[in-house]
Amino acid sequence: MKKFAAWILLLVLGASSTPAFGFPLKAVDTPNDKGNDITLSWPAPPHPPQQWVVLRVEPGKSFAAIDTIGGELTGFTDETAKNGVKYRYRLAGLGAGGAGLFSDYSQEAVAEPSWFDTGKRNVFIVITLFLALVLYYIGQAQRGKIWNFRPIAGLAAIEEAIGRSTEMGKGVLYVPGVQDIDDIQTIASMIILGNVARMTAKYETPLMVPANSPAVYTVADEVVKGAYSDVGRADAYRSDLVRYITSEQFAYVAAVNGMMLRERPAANLLLGAFFAESLLLAETGHETGAIQIAGTANVHQLPFFVVACDYTLIGEEYYAASAYLSKDARLLGSLKASDTVKILLILTIVLGCVLLTLGSPGLAEFFATQ
Amino acid sequence: MKREIPLLISMAAGIFVLIGFFVPHPAIRNTYDDIQQWVIIVVAFTYVLGMANLMRINTEQIQRRAKDWPYKLALVLSLVGTMIVGFFFSRGSHYLDDRTGFSWIYLTFYSSMSSTMFSLLAFFIASAAFRAFRVRSVEALLLAIAALILMIGRVPIGNAIHPAIPQIADWLMEIPQNAAKRGILMGAALGVIATGFRVILGIERTYGSEGGG
Repeated sequence: MKKFAAWILLLVLGASSTPAFGFPLKAVDTPNDKGNDITLSWPAPPHPPQQWVVLRVEPGKSFAAIDTIGGELTGFTDETAKNGVKYRYRLAGLGAGGAGLFSDYSQEAVAEPSWFDTGKRNVFIVITLFLALVLYYIGQAQRGKIWNFRPIAGLAAIEEAIGRSTEMGKGVLYVPGVQDIDDIQTIASMIILGNVARMTAKYETPLMVPANSPAVYTVADEVVKGAYSDVGRADAYRSDLVRYITSEQFAYVAAVNGMMLRERPAANLLLGAFFAESLLLAETGHETGAIQIAGTANVHQLPFFVVACDYTLIGEEYYAASAYLSKDARLLGSLKASDTVKILLILTIVLGCVLLTLGSPGLAEFFATQ
Repeated sequence: MKREIPLLISMAAGIFVLIGFFVPHPAIRNTYDDIQQWVIIVVAFTYVLGMANLMRINTEQIQRRAKDWPYKLALVLSLVGTMIVGFFFSRGSHYLDDRTGFSWIYLTFYSSMSSTMFSLLAFFIASAAFRAFRVRSVEALLLAIAALILMIGRVPIGNAIHPAIPQIADWLMEIPQNAAKRGILMGAALGVIATGFRVILGIERTYGSEGGG
């Protein structure tokens, strides 16, 4: 330890007394960060030392070692810089091959927090365009504009499935996936659940909603209660329609499969984020003879649902479900915006491919993500 | 007001999180990070509601001797027993440490039963595959041929039959499968953004119904 301290002292003295020579050292404020960071970079010397000692000086103070890093590195981020302070840096070689090896003094660098992450410029442009289109089409919808959308068999089948359950005097099982409420698929599932609960309330069909998370249970319970109230059937709402089961994946599967086999619902709606349990649920439901409608944006689970369910909502169809089911003009306006952005993206992809083939990578590079 | 206030809260939180995604400045980002922490705290409180719901529904059914009530009794006893062991019989260790009663229950009962459930997947895949590969149309024929090439191409015997089989399997996965998958993902991503906008702009009101309470 004493030997290391002596080395540092020697280096610090050397750094403050030796004139600038060696190799260039670049110090800049780290871009797109929340401050307190300065990025150093330097070219690899022909014979790198065993280690580098990073030296830093600020106005009114002398050089001090702030870190020791591997000699093979050619970059370093100082995460201890104070915002607004002018720093200069220098590197000193340490260990074998490091004697007398110093970088030049860097230019002054000041750490500052950024107000906009320029690395996300492409996302910002697409999101802004999307938002503008959504607002435009919602405005058109409010002025009475009506669009035609292709029919989605799975969505039309939801009402049919609930009607079938009503005729058979059996229940509807609604499984909202296995992710928590902060997952957008679960949020979309809660929105569809509201529409489904309105139908079951109207037809007086028993509804079962097993939740795998207490947060999902809380939201689902409110959604179902609200839906029953909205159609004037608040009296038909029971607090056991929505149940919290467990947050453990396969324990949840066991419970839901048990409900399928014991209660024998006539319709199983599997709408949400699913993982390994997708086929376990869908196959059990298939064995009971229930009509099954599944929907998820988890691409790897789609084949299982396609095989085992009567109808499957694939990706965007799943997110479009609430607009289709509610037939609210403003929600349909957001679908129109989504379709328009899709067309624009397809055109951009084709244009990017053509430009890239012609040796102009600008567009492709602009849309590259971090 | 019961509808407007939750809508306003979701709008404000949604807009702030959207801005926070693009702005790394601490004036925004620190609050953005705090909001993420609030989610965890709110979810932690919902466990109390979830537990209360679980206990109330199952104890009511046990009291009424409803259908399948012995299963409910097993659930309630297991739940209470596990909690008691976790809280009071960890012998000074953290309840998740090795050799505690809680860990013993978890490893002996839960892990085994969970693995059993997962292992059922093999049988379900077999029955689902049997239905999927029944050739009843041109599309089903293409699916069956692609699946056959993939399954053979992924095992050593495929290479032994002909070296081209694994290459065809790789091509199927990398070109047609990837193209279809990326198309679905792009559509889903647009759906996600559209759903987010609908919630933030307050036009998706299903979750904000008046409710019966």
